[in-house]
Amino acid sequence: MPQVSLTVNGKPHSVEVEGRTLLVELLREKLRLTGTHVGCDTSQCGACVVHVDGESVKSCTMLAVQAEGADVTTIEGLASADGTLHPMQEAFREYHALQCGFCTPGMVMSAIDLVMKHPEGLDEKQIREGLEGNLCRCTGYHNIVKAIAAAAEVMHGRRTELAQAAE
Amino acid sequence: MNVVTPFEGIGASVRRKEDLRFLSGRGRYTADIDRPGQAHAYILRSPHPHAAIRGIDATAARAMPGVAAVFTGADMAAGKVGGLPCGWGVKNKDGSPMAEPPHPVLAVDRVRHVGDPVAVVVAATRAQARDAAEAIVVDYAPLPAVATIEEALRPGAPAVHDEVAGNLCFDWHLGDKAVTDAAFAKADRVVTFELVNNRLIPNAMEPRAAIGDYDPSADEHTLYTTSQNPHVIRLLMGAFVLGIPESRLRVVAPDVGGGFGSKIYHYAEEAIVTWAAARLERPVKWVADRTESFVSDAHGRDHVTRAELALDGEGNFLGLRVATRANMGAYLSTFAPSIPTYLYGTLLAGVYRTPAIYVEVKAVFTHTVPVDAYRGAGRPEATYLLERLVDVAAAETGIDRIALRRRNLVSQFPHQTPVALEYDSGNHAATLEAALRAADWDGFESRRAEAKARGKLRGIGVSTYLEACGLAPSHLAGQLGARAGLYEVGTIRFHPTGSVTVLTGSHSHGQGHETTFAQLVADRFGLPVSQVEVVHGDTGKIPFGMGTYGSRSLAVGGNAMAMAMDKIVAKGRRIAAHLLEAAVEDVEFEGGKFRVAGTDREKTIGEIAMAAYVPHNYPLAEIEPGLEETAFYDPKNFTYPGGCHVCEVEIDPETGHVQVVNFTAADDFGRVINPMVVEGQVHGGVAQGVGQALLEACVYDADGQLLTGSIMDYNLPRAEDLPSLSLSHHDTPCLTNPLGVKGCGEAGAIGSPPAVINAVVDALRERGVRHVEMPATPARIWGIIHGGGPKGAPAIAAA
Amino acid sequence: MYDFAYHKPGSIADAVKILTDDPEARPISGGQTLLPALKHRLAHPTALVDLSGIAELRGIQRDGDRLVIGAMTKHYEIQTSDVVKTAIPALAKMAGNLGDTQVRNRGTMGGSLSNNDPAADYPAAAMALNATFRTDRRSIPADEFFQGMFATALEPGELLVAIEFPIPTKAGYAKMRNPASRYVMAGVFVAKLADGSVRVAVNGAGPGVFRQEEMEAALAKSWSADAIAGIRQDPDGLNGDIHGSAEYRAHLVGVMAKRALAEAG
Repeated sequence: MPQVSLTVNGKPHSVEVEGRTLLVELLREKLRLTGTHVGCDTSQCGACVVHVDGESVKSCTMLAVQAEGADVTTIEGLASADGTLHPMQEAFREYHALQCGFCTPGMVMSAIDLVMKHPEGLDEKQIREGLEGNLCRCTGYHNIVKAIAAAAEVMHGRRTELAQAAE
Repeated sequence: MNVVTPFEGIGASVRRKEDLRFLSGRGRYTADIDRPGQAHAYILRSPHPHAAIRGIDATAARAMPGVAAVFTGADMAAGKVGGLPCGWGVKNKDGSPMAEPPHPVLAVDRVRHVGDPVAVVVAATRAQARDAAEAIVVDYAPLPAVATIEEALRPGAPAVHDEVAGNLCFDWHLGDKAVTDAAFAKADRVVTFELVNNRLIPNAMEPRAAIGDYDPSADEHTLYTTSQNPHVIRLLMGAFVLGIPESRLRVVAPDVGGGFGSKIYHYAEEAIVTWAAARLERPVKWVADRTESFVSDAHGRDHVTRAELALDGEGNFLGLRVATRANMGAYLSTFAPSIPTYLYGTLLAGVYRTPAIYVEVKAVFTHTVPVDAYRGAGRPEATYLLERLVDVAAAETGIDRIALRRRNLVSQFPHQTPVALEYDSGNHAATLEAALRAADWDGFESRRAEAKARGKLRGIGVSTYLEACGLAPSHLAGQLGARAGLYEVGTIRFHPTGSVTVLTGSHSHGQGHETTFAQLVADRFGLPVSQVEVVHGDTGKIPFGMGTYGSRSLAVGGNAMAMAMDKIVAKGRRIAAHLLEAAVEDVEFEGGKFRVAGTDREKTIGEIAMAAYVPHNYPLAEIEPGLEETAFYDPKNFTYPGGCHVCEVEIDPETGHVQVVNFTAADDFGRVINPMVVEGQVHGGVAQGVGQALLEACVYDADGQLLTGSIMDYNLPRAEDLPSLSLSHHDTPCLTNPLGVKGCGEAGAIGSPPAVINAVVDALRERGVRHVEMPATPARIWGIIHGGGPKGAPAIAAA
Repeated sequence: MYDFAYHKPGSIADAVKILTDDPEARPISGGQTLLPALKHRLAHPTALVDLSGIAELRGIQRDGDRLVIGAMTKHYEIQTSDVVKTAIPALAKMAGNLGDTQVRNRGTMGGSLSNNDPAADYPAAAMALNATFRTDRRSIPADEFFQGMFATALEPGELLVAIEFPIPTKAGYAKMRNPASRYVMAGVFVAKLADGSVRVAVNGAGPGVFRQEEMEAALAKSWSADAIAGIRQDPDGLNGDIHGSAEYRAHLVGVMAKRALAEAG
């Protein structure tokens, strides 16, 4: 069986997999990182999004062997070692951008990539278009859009602290 | 330390306690759980809508790598496994019971829909189980199938169940036909209208999953499952399917990734893994693929209706006659019969004073996936019918659509409808006016003109709604056919050092109960929310419960907690009276403190808890130690949330694409615990309603094959399909429950579809359009604009 | 997914050898189409040959009057490439509007073109721009490369290496997406090439990309929306399904052609 060596959330791993093992299966079943979810089998829902070498990918649409040598970040690896949340995680909480939580890890990982790709800033339309690959059935996206806009301000240094949601 | 924290009490938008685990990947959903030594199940399903099974040969499959067992329907029948029960019986017009054909866990001699489970393979890995399933040879003899209501009712149609004549499950009615006919006889005007309520596939983002685990030493079964109501599953599966006493069956519904109704029901897979785990003495795990969800989760809606509204010369509604045919699918899902009857017919008065209503509903079997409650469950169907009908009546009588609504609104409470409900409270005029104002209804024509200059057709639509939530008074539900009580259970457990555990039979799968229920308790006892833990979803921990559906969690579950808190306060007063050396009747309780009236002598709830658990100075002769109370709350009436939605759309006449550009809701949910959470519920409900109106349709072809079998063809709302929403609430407290709460979980999905379609029709009105069926897809709109519509195309696109 | 052997060759020659020796082996580039198909067990390759380790398959270069894009270049690289944005902005824009961000981060132009999904975007660009497909053994003009639904001129074992796009004087693309899958329901790419010729390619609407010759002739005479306003796409042979009939798609071809023209300027 093939062996794949990769770094996940800063830790090196070397794991034996089948050729057909998906990256998400490696993360969930071999490394027990179950924060990354599987919500569909047609590569559309985005619940499985992780970062591979800094870019968001659907881990259900990538073979584990294709991640050889890669640096993978999952939702479990976002917060600082001291437990401080990433601004995007914090914004999702502040803006009530999650309900059942199932799409949330993928949504957060996609949102971070979206913001990082737009240092110039994002308007509501760009955020909505940028979420093309992530489905949420609970929130109607309303608060997700607001959370991403607020997190972007912090991530690009335009604000030092997250703007509070309106009461 | 009982710090009074007013900002965390009732009415505060407390940020959710559960979010930290979800945001850091520490949620624990069923698929995340692995049991030691577990095997994996793969379910082989029928590719045929209807076929006889002449034989199943699993010899090769049993010999495949990793395979522990293959079970068929015959194996389960031999193991004395019963069929899946239906939890609600409906009677025909003549009083006879509905047809209730068996629903085997695994098909035995016949398959009745694409996806009907036929066999299960248990193997060391999921992939091995699936590999082996492909080696099972099923000898099918395909039979003719019926997929639609019309086809199923056609004389001579293929029978879904041989014993059910004409595929008719029941022929039910409600209301006084003679009185209604008399109202029509004196009407100045009758408006007649036919419409379809499109079939939907719920698609909670978490696919269903189940793990069976068996402990032979204790002879104890555990089922982990994606359920909205673990106790109901324990009851149904234990008593009717597997014959396991509830005392030896534990059902755990851990974090659940959305339900929307689809995770209420007892499904075959739950019984399969529980049974197989005991047979094999090894945990068995099953996780659905999304594609599997499409053919195994209960679908929603699917009505065809003809309605007539009688009006007098001034536009007063005199009577309503409704004839609906509802698709049940191939078998009766757990609550299916109640949806197009008691959750639909009873809602046909809506917010209007219509004095006479008669509704008949024929429920039919077809060779399709079973249909049951989906967010709103019957109430969206009723509301869509009414609010489209009122718009059509307005257009045909020449009365302004707002004026027609205002004229007929219920304004006196209590109000008894002709379809069994008594509304206790509401202010429908207030929500109507608030929504119109917030949406700038009066300024719309200038927006329409501006859009026209850009080549877009802009329309505006309004919908009022009322729903019956808080299921349900048990005696009433029992009379109407429910085979269970519909109370809820809450336990408040004070710990010696003052923290609180709340046990609730409600289940949270996105609703935020861990926060909002904690707020209820924190508010009553003057505690910080962080000191209150809400536990749910485990029959091993929670005394009992009926679960979460029908916007009942706060209205029923919350009131059970309130009753348990009353008991805590009553006991606390007695303990405090002893400690403060006062008479019990002189001890007041407020803000977490017991105080002797008129003095500053007081004890905090924390001190009382400590005294109750360390009863050194305690009236042991009169009061038991400990501070824990449980209450069962059975509601006195339904609750009646209501409100008004206004939608604005723009249509691209060249492509037919409809974009929702503004959406405004003004709702009355009674007393609100956490406005942030409530608004989130409305956002999500509206998104599903917009989905039904514009995007989503479950389509079968004439032979019963599912054409929308994945998200590639079933259109789920994406972020760019929706605008930001404008919400407000105008709350009148519910008068029939202690908390004054009504429920908010389904409102968005109930009020929005007619608001969207009314807007679409408004945009197309100058082109002579009377109605647009849901979903208003680009191709359908294009077909309407360009006349004729596409030729020979199945349902999503057909004009 | 059925199991398979996995190879990751470092050169085109090695990849071609594996693919030639084992006719049931399949190349995998970004895998954004192939993996979903494999997950549904719609194909059963004995081996996957991962092309991502072959450096010579990647990169974007301006070569005089041509833009050359390596087969393994990702959509996101094309979308954000200043070279592409300058040479053929319509192509960069197309890359930025296909699939979703995650698909664009993994999927490649060569993978998409080799697959020739009738509802994919790039075939319209390649056809309208009269691209040349450079493989490990020859060059294939666009008019010969696309051979109907999921079919191309590539022989078994033949690898697409790069795509050469002549830089047009004008180019524009517009599409209507399938509401559910978000693949192309009907798209039109219009291009005016350096030699003055006009090519119009339609994707999504038919069983494969095709040229709309009536529009080409009209636009060659007059590059304007008016020139094609009266042209009706024949629905005969176009796709019809639950999302839209052939007549609807034919209608969309006219609408998208007009919008593509507006994009092209």
